[in-house]
Amino acid sequence: MKAYFSELFTGAWSLILGLKVTLKALFSPVVTVQYPRQKIDVTPNYRGHIDLIKDPETGTHRCITCGMCMRDCPSDCIYLEGEKREGVKGKVLTLYTLDYTKCSHCGACVEVCPTQALEYCDDYEVAGFAREDFHYDLLKRVEERE
Amino acid sequence: MQTLNSYAPEIIRIVIAVVGATVLVFGNALVMGYMERKLAGHFQRRTGPMEVGFHGILQLVIDGIKLMSKQLVIPAKADKPLYMLAPIVSFGPVFLPLLVIPFSDRIQAFDLDVGLLFILAIAAINVLAILVAGWASNNKYSMFGAFRAVAQNVAYEIPMLLSLLAIVFMTNTFSLRGIVEAQNVWFIVLQPVAFLIYLVCMVAETNRAPFDLPEAESELTAGFLTEYGGMGFSLFMMAEYTNMFIVCSIATVFFLGGTSGIPLPYFEYTGIIWFLLKVYLLMFFLVWIRWTYPRTRFDQLMNLCWKYLLPFSLVNLLITAVVVKL
Repeated sequence: MKAYFSELFTGAWSLILGLKVTLKALFSPVVTVQYPRQKIDVTPNYRGHIDLIKDPETGTHRCITCGMCMRDCPSDCIYLEGEKREGVKGKVLTLYTLDYTKCSHCGACVEVCPTQALEYCDDYEVAGFAREDFHYDLLKRVEERE
Repeated sequence: MQTLNSYAPEIIRIVIAVVGATVLVFGNALVMGYMERKLAGHFQRRTGPMEVGFHGILQLVIDGIKLMSKQLVIPAKADKPLYMLAPIVSFGPVFLPLLVIPFSDRIQAFDLDVGLLFILAIAAINVLAILVAGWASNNKYSMFGAFRAVAQNVAYEIPMLLSLLAIVFMTNTFSLRGIVEAQNVWFIVLQPVAFLIYLVCMVAETNRAPFDLPEAESELTAGFLTEYGGMGFSLFMMAEYTNMFIVCSIATVFFLGGTSGIPLPYFEYTGIIWFLLKVYLLMFFLVWIRWTYPRTRFDQLMNLCWKYLLPFSLVNLLITAVVVKL
């Protein structure tokens, strides 16, 4: 009999506490945003597809065309080419393509790069109608960036 | 409507009452549909409908058009006549209780001597509709939902009646007008236990969370609603919202003094403002608990009814009877 009433009162009390929690939530400010009209900053930890970093000192990328990223990529989504030029030390990057349809964001390319030439970009609106929309030319992207 | 009674012929009175009830049913479904979704959003700290109209105010109109334009799909092995009949049986009777509810001193279609019995009798038809819907859908989820609805509604009808009966003992009348007029002090003060019991039963009777076992999504997809789409579904939903309105109106009439409030000019008519305010506060409470409590298990639901509500309502009734007799 005692258990019956104590159960009743603890139960009722916990119900009241529950109501208090949701009432507090009702009068708290909304935490979501109306997405296509409002956007929030992307967290720096976000992993988009990879991008070549634009070095502020030289005004261009830091890739030395060693091909480590191409070899290290488990999904074979990176392809790059370079050529030897007169008067320039080392090879010059002529093509850097990323097949984003295969990329799994493992980050092996970013880690293996000897010159830290790669980063994750923060593009998150990357819908497309064709597979080819996701074949990125990273060299062109780094040149086009301001 | 008493004034109309003396001037206008009966037929006009009936037409006005029926039109009023229809407007109330559809208007209430619109308001509640919007309020429920908006509140659901804010209880979870999001915004709810925002796109259609200012702050999504036209969302329900769009939803209505969508539901009306949808094809009525009847499952291949369903019992076709019953399947079509169930939403109508659910939605048809919800107009009738509105006719005896005293919205204000003069806005009431008929003041039946047995108003309470009338409302409870009509409200019980909804259980039949759910059973028919579950049976006719020829679907195991629908069937289970219907089983649960019947067991739950039959169980909770008893403490609900007993708690209301305590009020009837005090007022000596079944007429809703009579009960409103008998309240010098709101009966929530004199009968707090009956009010609490009624409040719990009210949630269970309308099959709403945390007692929404007949349509528990996570276990029964949507219970008896599983096979219904388009207008069949929306008729059930409108019936549910109207039933919410009716049970909240009974609570207002029995425990919250009906129309009583700060006097306004032309109070015989403007009393409806206080009445609707109280009803919608109770509706807000229903939405509030829906978004607070998790769904009960079926044995817990039955335990609550038979082990707590029923003994308490019986004791309450007994005490009331003794006090009234003294």
